[in-house]
Amino acid sequence: MLNQYYGDYVTVAIFIAVGALLVGGAVGASKLLAPRRPGDFKDVAYESGIEPVGGGWNQSHIRYYVFALLFLIFDVEAVFIFPWALQLDTFQAVGRGVFILVEMFIFVVILLVGLIYAIRKGVLKWE
Amino acid sequence: MNFWLELILKLVAILGFVLTGALVVIYAELKAGSHMQSRIGPYYAGGRWGWAQPLADGLKFLQKEDLAPAAADRTVYGLAPYVVMMSTIAVFVVIPFGPDMVGRDLDLGIYFVLAVSSLSVLGILMAGWSSANKYSLMGGLRAAAQLIAYELPLVLVSAAVVIQAGTMSLNGIVASQAQTWFTVGGVDVSAPFLIKGQIIGFTIFMIASVAELSRIPFDMPIAESELTMGYLTEYSGIRFTMFFLGEYAAMISLSAIAATLYLGGYAVPGVSGNILNVIGPGVMLAKISLLVFIFIWIRWTWPRLREDQLQHLAWRWLIPISLANIAVISIFKVAF
Repeated sequence: MLNQYYGDYVTVAIFIAVGALLVGGAVGASKLLAPRRPGDFKDVAYESGIEPVGGGWNQSHIRYYVFALLFLIFDVEAVFIFPWALQLDTFQAVGRGVFILVEMFIFVVILLVGLIYAIRKGVLKWE
Repeated sequence: MNFWLELILKLVAILGFVLTGALVVIYAELKAGSHMQSRIGPYYAGGRWGWAQPLADGLKFLQKEDLAPAAADRTVYGLAPYVVMMSTIAVFVVIPFGPDMVGRDLDLGIYFVLAVSSLSVLGILMAGWSSANKYSLMGGLRAAAQLIAYELPLVLVSAAVVIQAGTMSLNGIVASQAQTWFTVGGVDVSAPFLIKGQIIGFTIFMIASVAELSRIPFDMPIAESELTMGYLTEYSGIRFTMFFLGEYAAMISLSAIAATLYLGGYAVPGVSGNILNVIGPGVMLAKISLLVFIFIWIRWTWPRLREDQLQHLAWRWLIPISLANIAVISIFKVAF
């Protein structure tokens, strides 16, 4: 008999597997029904009807990496906020509510200063 | 009940709901969108009001050749729709339609939803990169930058709900909204979090959801007039259908999450116990339909933002506001 703990994992794993099966089944059915006649011009990358200039993997502007860095910082912050949010009740029950609140504010404000720095630095301005 | 039997029943029910739901939403979008633009929309398929249009489209896509560019990275190109669909379906595990009408009431609840739904970014980036097409690459990069930028407000406003509810389990969040808020003349009044101080959270959640779904006004990753079809440019036939279906299924799941977090989920005031398993799904369905309609409404009536305006909105406004929202909610929680 599966207990509560493993049941969670099994359920999630099976749902994910069914998601994959759904796509697999549809692709398989399409393989049976759809025609398959590869030709030179069908396999050319689409570029509004003209022959593609250069390869598909062009160099692109690096501006996006700043967002990735900012995201990483704030996502980790969010990960810390969730356990804190759950324990707020516990701390409040022993009379340390204000203490834990101030702790988190210090943490958030430090990161907020970082965001303000990034904005002032102009990473969100595109010319 | 036997664990496996229960699992299979729930699986069939949820899968049926997701697939029919996605088809219904596609039809609703075709029809509502055309009426908002003074057109009549699909009319012939199925004989009456064109009700069979999404089915006909699906059947047609099934028979189309599944093309891939010669230069594409075929393995990654083929796997991308799998990743998107797997993350989309996995979200439905925790969505509660009643006290027991839930795939599995994970303790992680909302945290699981946020983690799993952000996996679809990976699928989109895979699709954009592997297509070996300039439009796809740009669309994929735009999509990744947009989805991570709007992931943050989504996560932060959800954290505010967790603070108020004191639990991450979605069933627990519904239960804490069904609790008595105050009593007037012997009548217990309960209210959803939307009324109990989360109106800003709900607004940000909806804005971020529209962006997460890459729908107008946040559809720069697709942006037909600039990028043809963004990361989907090279996809055809059934693989395209899978992306399309996944998008609409994600619309349903985000609406369901918003309904659970802010609108009280399946809870009905004054009703508790087993009867809630019967009327709960109906209540939930009504709330989901309402939110889906709002998504459709926004899509057909708003112009598109520019890429830097979108990043500006997320980083400059939504993230600071949702942090302030957390601060206010937690101060209220500690003070009262």
